[in-house]
Amino acid sequence: MNASTQQPKQAATRSGKMLRAMVGIGILCGLLIVLTYEGTLPVIEANRAEALEKAIFQVLPGTEATRTFRWTGNGFAPLTAGQTSEDELIYAGYDRSGELLGLAIPASGQGYADVISILYGYDPAREMIMGFYVLESKETPGLGDKIQKDENFISNITSLSVPLNEDKTAVANPIVPVKSGQKTQPWEVDCISGATISSRAIGDMLSASTVRWAPLIQAHRSDFTNAKN
Amino acid sequence: MTKLPNTTEGIGTEPPATDAFIKGLWRDNPVFVQVLGMCPVLAVSNTAVNALAMGLATTFVLLMSNVLVSLLRKVIPKQVRIASYILIIATFVTITDYAIQAISVELHKSLGAFIALIVVNCLILSRAEAFASKNTPGRSVLDALGMGIGFTFALFCLGAVRELLGNGSLFGAAIFPAGFQPWIVMILPAGGFFTLALWLLIFNAAKAKTANA
Repeated sequence: MNASTQQPKQAATRSGKMLRAMVGIGILCGLLIVLTYEGTLPVIEANRAEALEKAIFQVLPGTEATRTFRWTGNGFAPLTAGQTSEDELIYAGYDRSGELLGLAIPASGQGYADVISILYGYDPAREMIMGFYVLESKETPGLGDKIQKDENFISNITSLSVPLNEDKTAVANPIVPVKSGQKTQPWEVDCISGATISSRAIGDMLSASTVRWAPLIQAHRSDFTNAKN
Repeated sequence: MTKLPNTTEGIGTEPPATDAFIKGLWRDNPVFVQVLGMCPVLAVSNTAVNALAMGLATTFVLLMSNVLVSLLRKVIPKQVRIASYILIIATFVTITDYAIQAISVELHKSLGAFIALIVVNCLILSRAEAFASKNTPGRSVLDALGMGIGFTFALFCLGAVRELLGNGSLFGAAIFPAGFQPWIVMILPAGGFFTLALWLLIFNAAKAKTANA
């Protein structure tokens, strides 16, 4: 065999070795990722469910039992335990006697750094927001994350009025975020000086979410009370 | 991409095994001497807890990737070594991401996108290329631990100063009296650069003093 035929053979051997090495490492890495994913998935799901439940109890004070509902397009239908749904979900909180205390509604909107996801409590009887909890936020620590820590901001959202019009078909006064210290109406949100974009984002997402959900919840309020047991 | 450190590792007489561990802590500290992995150093060092968590996550990825690269060093052809190292590093970053989510949703929330960015931390790739691919798994473990602890220490140095001055607290506990006005700039990106410069100044002054002594 001469040198000219040896060279292509050596190149083919090198290519085969490279291919075998890359495929082998790929399979090994894939296996490690899948095993870790399968191993941690139950714990991660349990952690997320626990965080969501903690959030529901926080935004609906006094809640003893919760129930998950999905929006079907015509009304709210309860989800049975273990059932999942692609529909939008709302969480109802009940007191010890089984009376509806309020509803925990997820909302999200663009903040300063990224999308902020929150869960807020809505009291359909008093037509007001009971509080909110930040589920996900990448806002700047020390500035934007004041939305989770600033007591004045948190307290002005607790008991924030969302009055409906007379026939309960629309929000009469949508929530309006205003500059720090300029709140004059019960449906206004006093923003945080130094975290204006983040706090305004919370006000805007509450406004958009309540404009959509509050009339629907009032129209289908019996769905929650009928399903309390 | 950051230039890999000028090193003679793997060439000539083999230094003692303990040297592989010790050099990362001080002499070749990845942040204060090699100035590697600046993205997480500046971005996640705004609080002491975040800095420690990121340091430990990076140490884990560094340790595991060093071990695997060292074990496979004789079967990885040199033409595809960088692609192989990136694949191995990305695998352990994904594993770390799942592990942190399983440990604490809150911690995962606070570290945000920076866990995924460990993949492009050039400290890890540089150790795989400069050390693990030329040394035994045992020495690679020592190297990873030394470099990882050195990296975590540096991150903590930055995180502690920035949280203390920027928030008036350490590990979330208030340190200064109620009247203290936090230096907001310290928790912003600019504060990261100021603090890094300060630590580099202190570190280099200490090294120069030791060298002259």
